[in-house]
Amino acid sequence: MDLSFYRMTPLQRFVHKAKSLFKNIGKGFVGFFVRIYRGVIAFFLSLGRGFREFFKNFWYGDALTKTSHLFIGLSHLFRGQIVRGILYLLLECAFALYMIFFGGRYLAMCFENFFTGGSVGRAETSDFWNEELGIYDKVVGDNSFLILLYGILTLFVIAFFLIIYVNATRESFNLEQYHIIGKKPKGFRSDIDGLLDNKFHLTLLSLPMLGLFLFTIVPLVTMILIAFTNYDAAHEVPQHLFQWVGFENFSNLFAGNSKLGETFWRVLGWTLIWAVLATFTSYIFGMLLAMLINRKGIRLKKLYRTLFVATIAVPQFVSLLIMSKMLDTGGGILGSGGGIITQLIESLFNYHLKFGIDINTTRICIVLVNMWIGVPYSMLMCSGILMNIPNDLYESARIDGASPARRFFKITLPYMLFVTGPYLITQFIGNINNFNVIYLLSGGGPGDIMLYTDGAKGTDLLITWLYKLSLGVDRNYKLASVIGILVFVISAVFSLVVYNKSSAVKGEDNFQ
Amino acid sequence: MTEKNTVSTESAKDTELTNWQKIDRMEAELSSNKPKKKRRGGMKFRRIFGDTVGQTVLTVLSILWIIPLFYLFVQSFRKEPGAWSPTFFPQEWTFDNYIRLFKETKFLQWYGNTLLIAVCSCIITAVFVLSVAYAFSRMKFRARKPMMNIMLILGMFPGFMSMSAVYFLLKVLLPNNYQSHLSLIIVYSAGAALSYYIAKGFFDTVPKSLDEAARIDGASRFRTFYKIILPLSKSIIIYTILVSFISPWCDYIFVSYIMAGVPDTGMYTVSLGMYKWLEREMIQQYFTTFCAAAVIVATPITGLFMWLQKYYVEGVTGGAVKG
Repeated sequence: MDLSFYRMTPLQRFVHKAKSLFKNIGKGFVGFFVRIYRGVIAFFLSLGRGFREFFKNFWYGDALTKTSHLFIGLSHLFRGQIVRGILYLLLECAFALYMIFFGGRYLAMCFENFFTGGSVGRAETSDFWNEELGIYDKVVGDNSFLILLYGILTLFVIAFFLIIYVNATRESFNLEQYHIIGKKPKGFRSDIDGLLDNKFHLTLLSLPMLGLFLFTIVPLVTMILIAFTNYDAAHEVPQHLFQWVGFENFSNLFAGNSKLGETFWRVLGWTLIWAVLATFTSYIFGMLLAMLINRKGIRLKKLYRTLFVATIAVPQFVSLLIMSKMLDTGGGILGSGGGIITQLIESLFNYHLKFGIDINTTRICIVLVNMWIGVPYSMLMCSGILMNIPNDLYESARIDGASPARRFFKITLPYMLFVTGPYLITQFIGNINNFNVIYLLSGGGPGDIMLYTDGAKGTDLLITWLYKLSLGVDRNYKLASVIGILVFVISAVFSLVVYNKSSAVKGEDNFQ
Repeated sequence: MTEKNTVSTESAKDTELTNWQKIDRMEAELSSNKPKKKRRGGMKFRRIFGDTVGQTVLTVLSILWIIPLFYLFVQSFRKEPGAWSPTFFPQEWTFDNYIRLFKETKFLQWYGNTLLIAVCSCIITAVFVLSVAYAFSRMKFRARKPMMNIMLILGMFPGFMSMSAVYFLLKVLLPNNYQSHLSLIIVYSAGAALSYYIAKGFFDTVPKSLDEAARIDGASRFRTFYKIILPLSKSIIIYTILVSFISPWCDYIFVSYIMAGVPDTGMYTVSLGMYKWLEREMIQQYFTTFCAAAVIVATPITGLFMWLQKYYVEGVTGGAVKG
């Protein structure tokens, strides 16, 4: 920032800062694609290096090494690493059997029509006339979803096997070198010992990564691919097959003139407004509350802190559900006055609170209730950091005659924003995905059939819409998957804006 | 536009000045802007006034904050049935709601289910998170950086997105009881590795010289981890266990998906079962029972949270806040 910034009027400063914020978001957006591009390039470069080494090993190796490019582990078997060699051979057999009897078939069925836009799987479930019994019988066809799942699983299995295969060939070349210079290779016993020592990370990571792979990565890739199919209630498995449709779902969603497109932009708009409002109201008021409690002359600090923290300690589904019932209008049942807050407002101000009926009222109520939960959370978070601000800063500001408000805006706020930047962005992304507050309070809120379609309603976030799409009547999995991808893009862009700047990530580079 | 022009002409003028001259001018401007207020009243009066206002505001706010929970508590003792009551306090007090909870409903079963799921998943999660964090913090291997990047990316997808595929996968893996507690334990803890970040941040702050000293004395990596690092990381272990123990009690989204359409309501967890009580058809009958159940669920969780609050704050601030 150059010196001219300090000469601007406050309005100009604000404009300047807003501009730089948008510039940063733009940068984050571009950076997102640049990173993908770089990642792909790096991946192919390392792949190329691997290939070069692989062919070099094959070219310069002797007959045994060359054969062990076909049967991995052969070289190990004859050059002293017997157990390892047997394990490699068994693994190769298992892989071959897997591919012949299971993987190959599913892989072919899954992707054979990928570019032509045909269906996933071959035989659709159909009725036929059974003459012997005199009834219509069912022939169970292929289950497209399972085929997709198995196809992806097979892709990963192939990738893993290739990694092991390349490693084994490299080892066999090294073993040959050892053999030439007459050095004895390490035995199996030392391999096992290494699992608790210099290869300890293998032991540590194997189980967590297996869990992650099976229950996060494979399902996630499957669901990402669902975005390119027409899987919905009309193509429900196993009665029907679904087809590859390319980018059709995306273009349907982004087409601004269709009703679905309008719904999407409305929901996206509210999601972003909600995330900004929820994050900043909780943050600012939480900080002010923490400052108030930390003030020198205040008594009973511990009691206040406990009372505030109680709201976050109570499980959210309890506190939010009771809140939603306190705000309820009573559902139009005669004689029921609705929730206690609605009744109170009605008797005090003679105003009927339209929570769950009027969209804007519901939205305001949700933001307020979110403050009830969010403010103590930021208070807890901020109070420790507030005490870390060097006191002499305040001291000297006070001597110079700065007012409390000025001290807050010039010292406290900049310091806090600087220190808690990453926390703010995680809160922001957490709020974009804040299923609980919306779903438990309003269930997506009042809908307007004129404005919304496909199950979305006035206070739905992208994430609650996704939930409704994948569990609701329509079972519109394809749309749910597209929305999931878009939520990812939004989160990734906003994280990159901050991660690019924060030193926490940069410091990671100088590891050990 | 005009504002922008004036700024640019001024900055054009500035180029003729040296930096020191600029700074002098700025200081002069700043000092002329400085408010010159006269202090009215003694410092002491102002302080006492401020304290009183602060104390009052805090009292009012804390009462406001606690009222909904207090309402929940008193409603659990309400005798008159129905969802809505015209008064804040019940007109007639009773203990029947609690008795009914244990005698007539399946609440105790739900409680047991949730406890079982929470205990299992918090043990698995703690083991997963700590081992991944240690591996990424201390071990050097080729796949380290790519793995961390991939996990960062995975964490940005909404966790719920992959649920329908997980559901199918569970159906294949556990064909007979895919809508079971085992499924829920898997759902809650299989992806635990993704939340390694906070624990890794903690391990990074433990001096590496400790490891090196132990290694020089001949201890293996496993021994260093087990005998030196783990005893030092009490706070992060407690934080991990606390968070993963509480999450099954609060989760609604995953359990409602896995358990969708299960006829046996005895399989539910507390959140799912209690949510059903507040649906339109049930609320008139079950509202006060819900309140009683909420008190019983919330009390131990709240107590646990209050008791271990220190570790929670340490974990959150240590992991999320970095300059």
